[in-house]
Amino acid sequence: MLNIVDNTVNPVEPFLRSDRMPHIWCPGCGIGTTVNSFARALIDSKIDLESLALVSGIGCTGRVAGYVKLDSFHTTHGRAIPFATGLKLANPKLNVVVYSGDGDLSAIGGNHLIHAARRNIDLKVICVNNLIYAMTGGQTAPTTPGHATTSTNPYGTFEPAFNLPHLVEAAGAVYVARWTTFHVRQLARSISEAFQKKGFSFIEVISPCPTLYQRRNKMGDGLDTMKYYKEKSKVKHGAPTSEVGLTLNGEIAVGKFVDRDRPDYQSMMRAQYVESLGERYIEEPEAECVCG
Amino acid sequence: MAKGRVSIVVERCKACGFCVEFCPTHVLALSSAFNSKGYHPPHVVHPEKCSGCDLCGMYCPDFAIYGTKAGELKVNKATGGEK
Amino acid sequence: MKADPHGVLTGTHFIDGDHACCEGALAAGARFAAGYPITPSTEVVERFAARVPTVGGTFIQMEDELAASITLQGAVWGGAKAFTVTSGPGFSLMMEHIGYAAMTETPCVFVDVQRGGPSTGLPTLPAQADMMQARWGSHGDYEIIALCPNSPQECFDLTIKAFNMAEEFRVPVMFMMDEVVGHMTEKVVIPAADEIEVVPRKHTRKSVEDYLPYGSNGDMVPEMAHAGEGYKFHVTGLTHDERGYPNMTPQTQDKLVRRLQNKIRSAADRICLFEEDGIEGADVVVVSYGITSRVAQRAVQMARERGLKVGKLRLITAWPFPEKKIAEVAPKVKALVVPELNLGQMVREVERAAQGKAKTVAIPHAGGGVHSPDQILNAIVEASRC
Repeated sequence: MLNIVDNTVNPVEPFLRSDRMPHIWCPGCGIGTTVNSFARALIDSKIDLESLALVSGIGCTGRVAGYVKLDSFHTTHGRAIPFATGLKLANPKLNVVVYSGDGDLSAIGGNHLIHAARRNIDLKVICVNNLIYAMTGGQTAPTTPGHATTSTNPYGTFEPAFNLPHLVEAAGAVYVARWTTFHVRQLARSISEAFQKKGFSFIEVISPCPTLYQRRNKMGDGLDTMKYYKEKSKVKHGAPTSEVGLTLNGEIAVGKFVDRDRPDYQSMMRAQYVESLGERYIEEPEAECVCG
Repeated sequence: MAKGRVSIVVERCKACGFCVEFCPTHVLALSSAFNSKGYHPPHVVHPEKCSGCDLCGMYCPDFAIYGTKAGELKVNKATGGEK
Repeated sequence: MKADPHGVLTGTHFIDGDHACCEGALAAGARFAAGYPITPSTEVVERFAARVPTVGGTFIQMEDELAASITLQGAVWGGAKAFTVTSGPGFSLMMEHIGYAAMTETPCVFVDVQRGGPSTGLPTLPAQADMMQARWGSHGDYEIIALCPNSPQECFDLTIKAFNMAEEFRVPVMFMMDEVVGHMTEKVVIPAADEIEVVPRKHTRKSVEDYLPYGSNGDMVPEMAHAGEGYKFHVTGLTHDERGYPNMTPQTQDKLVRRLQNKIRSAADRICLFEEDGIEGADVVVVSYGITSRVAQRAVQMARERGLKVGKLRLITAWPFPEKKIAEVAPKVKALVVPELNLGQMVREVERAAQGKAKTVAIPHAGGGVHSPDQILNAIVEASRC
């Protein structure tokens, strides 16, 4: 017999817009799983939810913004990071999370990704990487591993893929980790750690797209992919990011690769103005100039 | 007596099987019944083994299942740091 | 409410239009700008970058115009009044985010200091060829407001108006300068802060439980909340219902898109600003805007010296197009003469609104300079004969 839902509450429920469930993600898609880890991280790190804003771009992961019960912004394709930058700079008290996909963040939004990392804007970026453009039907992404079959590379991809941890480390991120959707607790821990950092944090989560990536590459369904992650992942904390690129069937290096400190954008801005302007520097605008 | 129990929101389930596969104590199996979307949700086959660890809930991409420890029922009017 | 005195540089200044625009933005309460350098607009943000740390606010130079035009919208939802500044090529890149601002009803100002195009065109020389782009550049049906200053003083005054209209209607406002107005240096008088009327954000006073982010409340402009206030609202560029939730039905689309359109159209009488002179009894009326209106002024003067009956209608608001005013003037005159620094953009609107009641005469100019008064005078003389 099927159990009927009882009067307890799913720990993730308070973080969801329950009135929008069920969500649009396919059976076996890993995006929902990453949201569980995100919710767990929020519980564990005791973040004030009213101070938290979540910004997504466009794509399957872009839909996260519409399902979380937070101030949430579903922006334009590739532009979650610059929108989040404006939000954070206008209200530095906000904790701003960018939650989006690999295509959104690293292709159309790639320029913003590297520049936000360079500036060290205090954003927590969660990049769900399903190795493909999923929402539009399985086209090659900058993250698609060589030889994978996609709808736009039906004979196999041949262009080299981005190694995202390497890219964002080179650009200046202070915290870089990678997990798969199999690593639910480790992922939650990494997100919690990122909340403790000031600066640009980047967490990549490798996630199944059974409908478009795994199916076309004869890799089974979502569950098969989870088993593959379990089998092929190797925890390599502190590994040089140059060595953590992904291949079609090979090992998946996971772990915390980068954890370093450097001043974030707003600290640098403040320091520069104080040095140059002294007492003439006014940090906070008069709130009444907006709302009266 | 079981240390925990599993709750299932049948109508949200899309039968990915993550919970069944990754339950550390093998409490669950996919049932032969259908929900209204035509998926086979999991059901509890070994309630006595449930530790209430909520790993099923952590894995579930559809927010359709969760575990609670005995004595923890009605826990979460969810705080999560909320004011 | 009155302007925040911190941002108001009260006094008489000798500054160019770009700098005056910046001062207008500061006076209006703008405390955030995101930009990307582009001639002939950059001076606006250069001045903002120098001024804003002493007023309390932020300027950030982004990596491109795509970023600048959405960063400012993040800042708006974070509680700031914000704007960006660009010229043609950058304006082209910003189009998607004008649509996003229209769809999400994000009050903000896009300043476009127009130069010759298409493409890189004439970076340092004027044109007025972005007028249709300002109206129709993003995909889908939406309304915006566009204002056209013709002097540094107006760059100050109308920038305040642009911010005020953006806030009142929760709409992106296009501030359509041109290279000449931007780089022209004249006297600009900035009044005392308590003489400057500023429209505050239409912020909700409703409780978290009662708040509907896109609920219509009679005047069609929803109340806004900012991130971090506990409302836990959702904003999306997808078609959305009153809760702000995506809803992919023709009914929701119809309701939303019509409201976005009607909130501007129904207030067009209030939004449409123009300046008229000598229209009663005129045979010919010159319809112009921006820098061209100053050349037209000279041409009208010359025509009157020759005894011609010529009126002048200067469009301050280009969008929504003041079609009611044109429809009112057209039956009373022989011709409407429309000089503009493009090969025929607003003249089409004039012709449409005139409904055949008066002859419409375009005086096109491909840009790179301005008309000579004689060019406009000749057209007036020609039109007076028919």
